[in-house]
Amino acid sequence: MPISETDIAKVAQLAHLELPDDELKVFVPQITEIVSYVEQLKELDTRDIEPALGGLTPEGERTDSSRPDEVIACLGQRTALAEAPAAAEGHFRVPKVLT
Amino acid sequence: MFRESIEFSITAAEELNDTLNAFLQIDRKGALQRAAELESSTTGELAGFAVAVKDNICVKGLQTSCGSKILGAYHPPYNATVIERLQNAGAIIIGKTNCDEFAMGSSNENSAFGPVRNPWDTSKVPGGSSGGSAAAVAAGIVPVALGSDTGGSVRQPASLCGVLGLKPTYGRNSRYGLVAFASSLDQVGIFARKTEDVARVLTVIAGRDPHDATTADVPVPDYHRGLNGALKGVRIGFPATLFGKGLDPEVAAAVNQVVEVYKELGAEIVEVDLPHASYAIAVYYIIATAEASSNLARFDGVRYGFRAEDAGELRQMYRKTREEGFGPEVKRRIMLGTYVLSAGYYDAYYPKAQPVRTLIKNDFISAFKSCDAIITPTAPTPAFAIGEKVDDPLAMYLNDIYTVTANLAGIPGLSVPCGLSSERLPIGFQLLGPYWSEPTLLRLASEYERVRPFTDRPKVNADRD
Repeated sequence: MPISETDIAKVAQLAHLELPDDELKVFVPQITEIVSYVEQLKELDTRDIEPALGGLTPEGERTDSSRPDEVIACLGQRTALAEAPAAAEGHFRVPKVLT
Repeated sequence: MFRESIEFSITAAEELNDTLNAFLQIDRKGALQRAAELESSTTGELAGFAVAVKDNICVKGLQTSCGSKILGAYHPPYNATVIERLQNAGAIIIGKTNCDEFAMGSSNENSAFGPVRNPWDTSKVPGGSSGGSAAAVAAGIVPVALGSDTGGSVRQPASLCGVLGLKPTYGRNSRYGLVAFASSLDQVGIFARKTEDVARVLTVIAGRDPHDATTADVPVPDYHRGLNGALKGVRIGFPATLFGKGLDPEVAAAVNQVVEVYKELGAEIVEVDLPHASYAIAVYYIIATAEASSNLARFDGVRYGFRAEDAGELRQMYRKTREEGFGPEVKRRIMLGTYVLSAGYYDAYYPKAQPVRTLIKNDFISAFKSCDAIITPTAPTPAFAIGEKVDDPLAMYLNDIYTVTANLAGIPGLSVPCGLSSERLPIGFQLLGPYWSEPTLLRLASEYERVRPFTDRPKVNADRD
């Protein structure tokens, strides 16, 4: 399936990437090549095959993902905000949302 | 007594960094202080062990950049569970190692802080994405290093640098504090020059962690105890079809030689078939990129790291931050992942890749009915030149042809050095085993090491004087 510059620009928008034109031009042939490479999966008949839903081993039942519902210590507000590019009054600060 | 060995590692890391670029941060002060504290209480299994850690694993007090500009000068407020366990056992973290940005790459050329150089030949790549950890161990700076392996990022650089590299079974180690790339594939792995060191470190870091729901409640043996033992009766699977097209003849010859050694050691060699292995790269680049596009959505300039300036509104800030903060390979993979998940294309890719992943897994399950481990090359060629494959992403991806299957199936894999090419570059072979078969893989490696010790050392070497 041919992939156009418009397709790539749309994907960039979905991915929250502001790609300049020169990067867009490089990505079109590269992504086209990779996508046509993965098309080889279409050779396989997978109608009756269960999807693998993750990296869980066949002994999946031995992976008990639940833990006791107990209150434990967590990062406090100050620590959680310490690495933020902008914070104010105990909040993350961002540019205006509505324009 | 620890002070001297830690001092040696730190000095070597500092002196060789201009040449290798293996470290992004060296913690001289913290490591020496820790060594001094340990002198009075030397109880841990890894007391005084110098360890280098890939810069996508959180160590409290040090930076975590993931080889990316987007994390800026991020200092995580907590330790990864594997780090917590290493430190409790007395290990000393001497620094953070360079890697491909967000662990995406097979050559270390995708680091925002420049490529790592291979200690055997500094014009060559060390492999990736955990290239800094592999180079640090190969050059003798540290006995042990941690990396992460999503598609071969521990085993392939281990092979290219002439050291051991283990990717454990999915669920064996905690990923809490490992910056996520593709969560159904990621595992923390171990580099070392001796099998016994891999075993020691695995014993310490393995096991259930309430912070990572994918860790399995499977008992952790003392991996070090099981290392010795005759190989009589052990069956090693040989997948002849993987030794064909695309494999460097010198690598094929070296791995075939290893098979002969195993025969002499009493192992039985059986033919096995992995009929869907050739589809692994295609499956991998759908599943890994899809998961990455979702995992990397968190880097948006709000909670941590870099934020682009001069953005008038929120969405523009996200876009500019991500455009300026991510490098080309990361953007390419986010784009691919977003593409395969987007409306109109989703049905053609992701739900097709998932059942093929099942087929790859089933190939292994059926192969392991007739053998205890499978032998393959780790990488199709020895280390290639820096710059050689940067403009051809697909050619770069094909480096992982022998390693990605283990991540897709969730099984363990171990790369073991087995010789040098005519250009004096290391060659490695890979052992793959059933779920939780780390003891078998380590015993096979240890027996090989006993009869064929890999004693050659690279040109750039901390011991050389």
